[in-house]
Amino acid sequence: MEFGFTTAAYVVAAVLFILSLGGLSGQESAKRAVWYGIAGMALAVLATLFGPGAGMWLLSVVLIGLGGVIGYQLATRVQMTQMPELVAAMHSLVGLAAVFVGFIAHIELARVLVMDETGKAALEGFAALLAKKTPVEVNILRVELFLGVFIGAITFTGSVIAYGKLAGKVDSAATKLPGGHMLNAGAAGISLLCLIWYFNTGGFFPLFLMTLLAFFVGYHLIMGIGGADMPVVVSMLNSYSGWAAAAIGFSLGNDLLIVVGALVGSSGAILSYIMCKAMNRSFISVILGGFGGPAGEQMAVEGEQIAIDADGVATALNEADSVIIIPGYGMAVAQAQSAVAELTRKLRAQGKNVRFAIHPVAGRLPGHMNVLLAEAKVPYDIVMEMDEINDDFPDTDVAIVIGSNDIVNPAAQDDPNSPIAGMPVLECWKAKQVFVSKRGQGTGYSGIENPLFFKENTRMFYGDAKASLDSLLPKID
Amino acid sequence: MKIGTPKESFEGENRVAMTPASANDLQKLGYDCVIETGAGKAAGFTDAAYKDAGVEVVKTAAALWKAADVVAKVRPPSDAEVKRLRDDQTLISFFYPAQNEKLMAAANKKGSTVIAMDMVPRISRAQKMDALSSMANIAGYRAVIEAGNNFGRFFTGQVTAAGKVPPAKVLVVGAGVAGLAAIGTATSLGAITYAFDVRPEVAEQVESMGAEFVFLDFDEEQQDGSNTGGYAAVSSPEFAAAQLAKFREIAPDMDIVITTALIPGRDAPELWTKDMVESMKPGSVIVDLAAERGGNCKLTVKDEKIVTDNGVTIIGYTDFASRMASQSSSLYATNIRHMMTDLTPEKDGVVVHDMEDDVIRGATATHKGEITFPPPPPKIAAIAAAPKKEAPKALTPEEIKANELVEFKQQTRNQVTLLATGAVLLLGVGLVAPASFMQHFIVFVLAVFVGFQVIWGVAHSLHTPLMAVTNAISSIIILGALTQIGSGSFLVILLAALAVFMTGINIFGGFLVTRRMLAMFQKS
Repeated sequence: MEFGFTTAAYVVAAVLFILSLGGLSGQESAKRAVWYGIAGMALAVLATLFGPGAGMWLLSVVLIGLGGVIGYQLATRVQMTQMPELVAAMHSLVGLAAVFVGFIAHIELARVLVMDETGKAALEGFAALLAKKTPVEVNILRVELFLGVFIGAITFTGSVIAYGKLAGKVDSAATKLPGGHMLNAGAAGISLLCLIWYFNTGGFFPLFLMTLLAFFVGYHLIMGIGGADMPVVVSMLNSYSGWAAAAIGFSLGNDLLIVVGALVGSSGAILSYIMCKAMNRSFISVILGGFGGPAGEQMAVEGEQIAIDADGVATALNEADSVIIIPGYGMAVAQAQSAVAELTRKLRAQGKNVRFAIHPVAGRLPGHMNVLLAEAKVPYDIVMEMDEINDDFPDTDVAIVIGSNDIVNPAAQDDPNSPIAGMPVLECWKAKQVFVSKRGQGTGYSGIENPLFFKENTRMFYGDAKASLDSLLPKID
Repeated sequence: MKIGTPKESFEGENRVAMTPASANDLQKLGYDCVIETGAGKAAGFTDAAYKDAGVEVVKTAAALWKAADVVAKVRPPSDAEVKRLRDDQTLISFFYPAQNEKLMAAANKKGSTVIAMDMVPRISRAQKMDALSSMANIAGYRAVIEAGNNFGRFFTGQVTAAGKVPPAKVLVVGAGVAGLAAIGTATSLGAITYAFDVRPEVAEQVESMGAEFVFLDFDEEQQDGSNTGGYAAVSSPEFAAAQLAKFREIAPDMDIVITTALIPGRDAPELWTKDMVESMKPGSVIVDLAAERGGNCKLTVKDEKIVTDNGVTIIGYTDFASRMASQSSSLYATNIRHMMTDLTPEKDGVVVHDMEDDVIRGATATHKGEITFPPPPPKIAAIAAAPKKEAPKALTPEEIKANELVEFKQQTRNQVTLLATGAVLLLGVGLVAPASFMQHFIVFVLAVFVGFQVIWGVAHSLHTPLMAVTNAISSIIILGALTQIGSGSFLVILLAALAVFMTGINIFGGFLVTRRMLAMFQKS
């Protein structure tokens, strides 16, 4: 097959990938868009298999097939509440693949460079491509593959830790080794030295040392970030996996890799930005972990938390005309989404206006709540973003907060000394009545008291979200 | 112990302090209940109903006062009733100890304990026994009904075949419990309701009931109601003048005015002057809920309904709660029952008069031969003090325009700076890098650019599918492994094979899970 054909196929694939991402602007077009992505990927893989440089295609097809079977199993079995874990796990695979591909490039480069002209002429495939490079290009190649391996390695360990935290296998609290970020900075500094070393000698050892250091940075960086910052972390790792692919694309001279890597990288970067903005925190402060200390004395919370039972909530709901439900990570933990959906169906059947308000950082993954609600068959047109619905709270009879805390904390607006001051929040306290379904009296991720729970129009509906809703459902008629 | 309720001796009083339902609950607290025959008749509770609830019915008031250890009634006791008190007896009723000092002294002489329901402090815990609020709520509702009864038009606006009817305009002055109840009733009847109160912090409550709060153009630091236990305090002369000016301005438009303004321990302030009444349309109605204390309108005649020369009806009834005796009796009886619950911590039918308890201490007027009125201030503040808020300054159109201009310039500056730095950086790279690198670099920069443009358009709700799909396509790195797998040593083949395998998982897993998620999104 001609080289020109492969390039043409790559162009088509790149266009398909762009369309695939662009199509996600709406729910209906998204269903089509995913096919664009699949077609683009199939085209790219086929064109590469038949194109120049590829060998052992039978082995490749078998391996892809095997991977496909496992991927299929994963995709069909995963619970929607486990999506964050799955996404994190998949990022780690991309990261590790980038490390491997970078290593191969290094090995091949080392092999090709010591050959004489006749040996080079006899080469085929990837090695032949390398053989044509001038010394300057070889140097650039080294920088590129070094970067690719570095980012890939961070992505790998970072994603493994993120997976562990999201799956509950690693303690989700922020923990740091003594020395904190100085360790990271030190590791990054030594990596830089390795780069110069590798640039000049081309030896395997600096590359290997840097890989180990990057593994450590990835591990330590994510260990230092707590549970509710996970949306940012997962988006960031998503971004990294893209940049790793782009860097590898440079070193292999493959434009499609570069294009897709850049697309994925910028997508992840934008998601991280949106998440950070939704928390009113800078990207740096999230990555460096933890909330900054309060700027001064925080306002004392006065009043008492008043509990209510299922009967009280049911009465209020039966009388209400408009209801807004605010789900949070607690709903995902309690697997309460189908109970919530059932409640929604019952209320809507009575002609009540029921809507959902989704804060951008609700859950552990951007858009996590939307997917959970969609799984429970809540129609997406009643699921609103924060900006769409925030003005409607004063006209709402009942707001129900299920398993969220910081995203409905009025202190973000009222108390300039609060650690979350300035973070955009859902103004549910403006509704006539607020019910908060919550396990106990504890504080949210940020560890600060939530004045919402003490407001006069707030009633606390204590207990596991699913159990509470199940006891509530028969009383709605 | 026995709880007894006599027939109210006050002329025209229809309420009763015990209902069959409350008697049931009192018996659960371990008390025996006794009632004077016919006590509940005016409120719609027959002797038979009381008997069914296990209440002993006695023939005369004298027998009742003799039998009962605790006497619960509505109105303050008459002189004859005070004489019947014994030293081991507890009396629970409205008492108004500040105005009834003689009565209090007389009761104290008898050595009995008096619990004044009107003195229950206003704290959250005591809301369930706040009889003033439950009576005020009824009065507010009834005020609107009485007004409607005397108002010759609809409350709600209608467009009928016989012509268009404008909605009635109702002004409620004083947004306490009665005022809020009046607002709620008037709005639910369809009137356009306005409300005023000297405490600006109640504006939110007023608006939540569906009325429009009438704001004054007044700059003085307004008082914070939390200092006075949530009640209004006397306002400054300047404020009062501004308030009257505002009322004068809106008076001609109002069809119904309901005044509920009271300041604890004082005569009712005059808020609706003679000239305002004169400027109102004929057929308009004023209901003065402050009539008992002189009225918010000086033309009000206590306990009577009058019509002024210009055809404005002024209602000065003071017995609104008694006019709805069935409702008010059941609420009042429930307040009494809650008070008894607090007085009976063991639920064994024995009164434990705990003077350390804020609520009981506050309500007690005489106890063990001592006059305990006035009580010390409660330990818990009634209402949390509202922190002062700086209102955001309203911007003039010019300022907004200027701000926009500055913002636009700032944005332009930012973009130009970014572009310039980017261009310089690119040029720098171009100077040192070989052409083959630059070709790829162009592709890279353009792809980043396209990526940014495209991703901003992605719906927030689809961020999870976006992550899954970008995950799948970032496995494009498989191309690298595929091109390398065929060239070279065993180690290369092994690493490449592993990479192909892992990315294979990712491609299939990523796309399939995306499809699964997207299929779930359904329109209603």
